Amino acid sequence: MYKYDEVDFRLVRERVEQFRSQTQRYLAGELSEEEFRPLRLMNGLYIQRHAPMLRVAIPYGHFSSLQMRKLAHIARTYDRGYGHFTTRQNIQFNWPELARVPDILAELADVEMHAIQTSGNCVRNTTTDAFAGVAADELIDGRAYCEIIRQWSTLHPEFAYLPRKFKIAVSGSKDDRAATQVHDIGLHVVRNDAGEVGFRVLVGGGLGRTPIVGKVVREFLPPQHLLTYLDAVLRVYNRYGRRDNKYKARIKILVQAMTVEAFAAKVEDEWLHLKDGPSTLTDADVAYYAGFFTDPAYETLAANPVEFTDKLAEPAFARWVERNTRAHKRAGYRSVVLSLKKTGVPPGDITADQMDAVADMADRFGFGEIRSAHEQNLILPDVEESDLYEVWQLARQHGFATPNIGLLTDIICCPGGDFCDLANARSIPVAEAIQRKFDDLDYLFDLGDIDCNFSGCMNACGHHHIGNIGILGVDKNGQEWYQITLGGSQGNYTAIGKVIGPSFAQADVPAAFEKIMTLYVEQRQDGEHFIETVRRIGLDPFKERVYAKSH
Amino acid sequence: MQNLIKNRAVVDSDSWRLVRSADEEFSIKEDVILPLAVYLERKDTPHEGQVAVWLAPEQDVAELQPHLSELSLIAIDFPAFSDGRGYSHARLLRERHSYQGELRAIGDVLRDQLSYMAQVGFDAFVIRADRDAATALAGLDDFSEQYQATVLQPVPLLRRRVSLIVA
Repeated sequence: MYKYDEVDFRLVRERVEQFRSQTQRYLAGELSEEEFRPLRLMNGLYIQRHAPMLRVAIPYGHFSSLQMRKLAHIARTYDRGYGHFTTRQNIQFNWPELARVPDILAELADVEMHAIQTSGNCVRNTTTDAFAGVAADELIDGRAYCEIIRQWSTLHPEFAYLPRKFKIAVSGSKDDRAATQVHDIGLHVVRNDAGEVGFRVLVGGGLGRTPIVGKVVREFLPPQHLLTYLDAVLRVYNRYGRRDNKYKARIKILVQAMTVEAFAAKVEDEWLHLKDGPSTLTDADVAYYAGFFTDPAYETLAANPVEFTDKLAEPAFARWVERNTRAHKRAGYRSVVLSLKKTGVPPGDITADQMDAVADMADRFGFGEIRSAHEQNLILPDVEESDLYEVWQLARQHGFATPNIGLLTDIICCPGGDFCDLANARSIPVAEAIQRKFDDLDYLFDLGDIDCNFSGCMNACGHHHIGNIGILGVDKNGQEWYQITLGGSQGNYTAIGKVIGPSFAQADVPAAFEKIMTLYVEQRQDGEHFIETVRRIGLDPFKERVYAKSH
Repeated sequence: MQNLIKNRAVVDSDSWRLVRSADEEFSIKEDVILPLAVYLERKDTPHEGQVAVWLAPEQDVAELQPHLSELSLIAIDFPAFSDGRGYSHARLLRERHSYQGELRAIGDVLRDQLSYMAQVGFDAFVIRADRDAATALAGLDDFSEQYQATVLQPVPLLRRRVSLIVA
């Protein structure tokens, strides 16, 4: 993991003091509501339905047991004893008191954490594959670049007041697990024909009101040019992105208006001036940052030790291993996904006691390392196979062992109308109703891999557009209704789902899901996944089934 | 001009007058900061005082390229503090066009922007009239370091770090 040096500490502490001054001036009436707003947002502080909401950055989803314990402490001391993991791999606290937020930030700074740029019209937390560095299918470990991007984007003086928010994602594995195609900038760490490492650069993807899949603006960017090229893209956006209408202010609208060719040409023009400038990375720079992301002290182990394979005779354990663990690059290890999708608990929510339990498990079984995934689950990246049974028992004891990773009930879900001011509809109770409908594990397993994503409004924090089955909360004359989309997907075949028809009342959503799943089971061929059946037969059969008049 | 911070100090008297619109009258004896269109149109009109120009966010700094050697001051307008285009203008003037004169931020300029503005090359700030420049001055010292290569610190932190280690 990256370790702060004196300068990193100094900068986050100076930021805390800057925000303390801003908060004091606001509370004293010296800063207006309007003036304070962008300042607090750039420190992750929203004013929500019930209280402020503070979003804390977890850079590219990496954190440690020490940091997790600090989050638990903050949840207990300043909040109501829990937190919520987001689709940007960050954590949110829903109930802090405004006047105490600077103290929370000061506590975070002590453990190398902050809330810088977790909101606002600036460059947000860079995200990546939650399995970076350990995944069996990883081609290149991109984490050194993630940290380089984090530092470049942190307190960037030129790009603090962009037209709109700006999100960057990095992926270095065969399967894109970072949703890079729906980011303002998606970076694929790739190797060219000569075997050199570089980036394929996508720009202009995004969800929200206008979901668009990002387009390639550069097939191969040599890595030394990463920062100068990012500066060029951001500068073109900062200067030419629309500022007259916030719904048309994302970079995707600029790329669409200019055409991707014209946009790419404009970036190249700008880049010619910046290329080879002082921000050009040297091999020594990259090596310095890569030095923070070396392997932990792995043991030399044989795969499938008896202590592990013997226990697989227990069906519940075998089921958990199948769904909630992932192949590791080292023999004898697996990555464990701790499900934050237990029925009855809002997706992504975690109590302070659970945070401590995760920290303990990380210390005991996984080098003290923890990852947060954009699917709102937690990961212990390096667990020995011989420890899996014990980890499973602890996970069960603390409520993380629901064996539903990647299944229909592993719902990606925004906080919705229960907490969020922007939401048109509540998401949490509807997600729960769906989880209850599909509570039969055998049936759930039989349905197999299904991404179900749920957003409480058009802002699409729950990424509903790229769910194989997506739900969008809509407001109809003050009432909550729910639109269902099918056919979306993330990863290498990113696609935007299509709405199947008129929206549903809250009570009717689970039944609609049931009809969709029944039809899928009837229609699937040769072990097809849900999304494959949807692609093959199209939306019409689903529409007919869901909207058929009952006799 | 009031409420001015220049070279890290509050300046009480300043001879420059900001001419906001094309139909605003001024005398040829005054030191004036003109809108871009007026400045370009009056290029060859005799003027006894000094002449400077101000840019709006949507204008292109490249238009000033032929005139940079004659300009001792360029002002960049921030109609709203949330409009960040002026930060790019400042860097372009300093880094690409090697502009050496005074770069003055005008408009909705408040304490909390000063640190970033200084980093991208501004050296003068007209603080919004309802705020006190002396208090705003503290904003220049919000941060003692920066990660990026910019006008104030052309060598990015990562290079300085790595060279320390290598040395």
